[in-house]
Amino acid sequence: MNATTTPVGNLSLPPKRNLPRIYALEAKYDMLRALRLPAFVIPLFAFPLFFYVLFGVAMKYEVGSFDISRYLLATYGAFGVMNVALFGFGVGVAAERGLGWMLFKRATPMPPLAHMAGKMVSALLFGAAIVVALFALGLTAGGVRMPLSTFASLAGVLVLGSLPFSAFGLAIGYWAGPNSAAPICNLISLPMAFGSGMWMPLFLLPPVVRQIAHYLPAYHYSQLALGVLHASNGEPAWRSAGFLLGFTLLSLLAAWVGYRRDEGKTYG
Amino acid sequence: MTGNEILRESRAGRQAGPIAELLSVSKNYGSVAALSGVDFAVRAGEVVAVLGPNGAGKTTAVHLLLGLARPTAGTVRLFGLEPRHSDARTRVGAMLQISKVPETLKVKEHLELTRSYYPRPMPLPELVAAAGLGGLEERPFGKLSGGQRQRVLFALALCGDPDLLFLDEPTASLDVEARRGLWASIAQRTARGGSVLLTTHHLEEADALAGRIVLLDRGRIIAEGTPSEIKARVPGRKVRCRTRLAEAELLALPGVRSVHRNESERSDGGERSEVEIFASAAERLVGELLARDPELTGLEVHGADLEEAFLALTSRGAANASPGPAGRPPVAEVPAAGAAGGPPAPGAPAPHMRSKTSSQEEVAA
Repeated sequence: MNATTTPVGNLSLPPKRNLPRIYALEAKYDMLRALRLPAFVIPLFAFPLFFYVLFGVAMKYEVGSFDISRYLLATYGAFGVMNVALFGFGVGVAAERGLGWMLFKRATPMPPLAHMAGKMVSALLFGAAIVVALFALGLTAGGVRMPLSTFASLAGVLVLGSLPFSAFGLAIGYWAGPNSAAPICNLISLPMAFGSGMWMPLFLLPPVVRQIAHYLPAYHYSQLALGVLHASNGEPAWRSAGFLLGFTLLSLLAAWVGYRRDEGKTYG
Repeated sequence: MTGNEILRESRAGRQAGPIAELLSVSKNYGSVAALSGVDFAVRAGEVVAVLGPNGAGKTTAVHLLLGLARPTAGTVRLFGLEPRHSDARTRVGAMLQISKVPETLKVKEHLELTRSYYPRPMPLPELVAAAGLGGLEERPFGKLSGGQRQRVLFALALCGDPDLLFLDEPTASLDVEARRGLWASIAQRTARGGSVLLTTHHLEEADALAGRIVLLDRGRIIAEGTPSEIKARVPGRKVRCRTRLAEAELLALPGVRSVHRNESERSDGGERSEVEIFASAAERLVGELLARDPELTGLEVHGADLEEAFLALTSRGAANASPGPAGRPPVAEVPAAGAAGGPPAPGAPAPHMRSKTSSQEEVAA
């Protein structure tokens, strides 16, 4: 069609598309898509906020100088961000695969990673929104008082934690079927959150669980967040960061293998 | 290669050679051969329908041409390029067999996103008009009817104002009205000169839209030509009339193969009804009919339509005397070893109609 609409002899370079705009639109529309699904958004917000009110405010108990409202602000923040990455991102990838939607996108000249990157940014922003809501709750109902810079650092660590779990969610998305991705995520995230001290402080858990915790990515994520509040388990930050980096790379590798396997099975 | 060179080369290519081709392509999924030694091309300005039953390999062919699958053997070219090349992808649009796109996004949001992928997208108002989506722009995809959804998928395929449009079973799940509506939009598009590759198991659809039909059956091209050439493949005529003659009597007439009585068309107090008679030749039959029922009305003689052509060709029954509507007789699968051996005659495609009666397949079967 272009041949008929372009004047003959016009050999100027073909117009360039706006790459940053593509990435921005992918992120925008992934967010809009999710925001319009109350059944998706409400649980992601309600879970950490409800638990925080329950264990951090209503059933508040004191153990020496230990401030549970502060502690749970970090761990429920981590819990909320992790869930968005797993359910919003990972399960989302699996669901879209089931619709053949990705197949259509692959047939377009969309930059190959644009959709993924958009979804990842979307998960990051959702995570940030949950963190902000939780902080508001902590400031008011929880009575948490700390310097603004501490709030900012905590928020930064929490939001960045979206990345390793997005990678993990991606791996689940590519290995699980569209219908099994959500139950698999539940099966992994709930016990892991509990065993990592996200729901209640680790020292209240049985010793066996505390031993296992050292091998859980959610534990290391929580420890990094608690480190900002000087409330970590004594786990060195470099070790937790290294663990999460390794976890991210392994997840990406698994996602890549899953993607190739999926491509081979279904389409090529 | 600079953009200019690509542009110049591809424009030159548009005049002469094929813009999409499968060269001796085979595709296996595990031990299942989806395509076996297929040679196929779409030339600029052509509207080609790939016609075949479910499992014939139509969608596989489309996926190969779009770079969504790699061939097991052979070469796939799209505008002279590897199909995954972004310059090739920029020039095609595809309507695939996908049931849903994200349901909470509005029509215009879907269009905006997909348009952003292309350097020279079709202007939004033009796109909305071309797909018949006027007034639906603000509607979320999930709140659209089946026909409207297909129109959105059609619009998504048109976003880049493609030189070649792929339509994989575009109307498969639509009711008659929605189907005709989409046909009109597709015909409007092809009237403007774009090339289209359409797959369908709807014979009427291929006849209505395409200038050339490729018949695909179990991964092989069994016939290729214009719709009338395909129809001419079938020795036989369809005679339609309103008569009081009984079915048994009609069946006994010379050359008659089968008779279909259309009960809903009964008139004249139930005395007469419309019948369709398939026969090897019309002349003697018409004479006999008029002799036996002088009050016969509504006489029409047709070449057999694509349905019969299809049944005849897929049952390898061109020489066989019973291409009746009873369906294809079971034919044993061609052994996979034979399929992997490549096409029997590379370079065979002729510009005109050809048909592989494939005696070797019958031997193999």
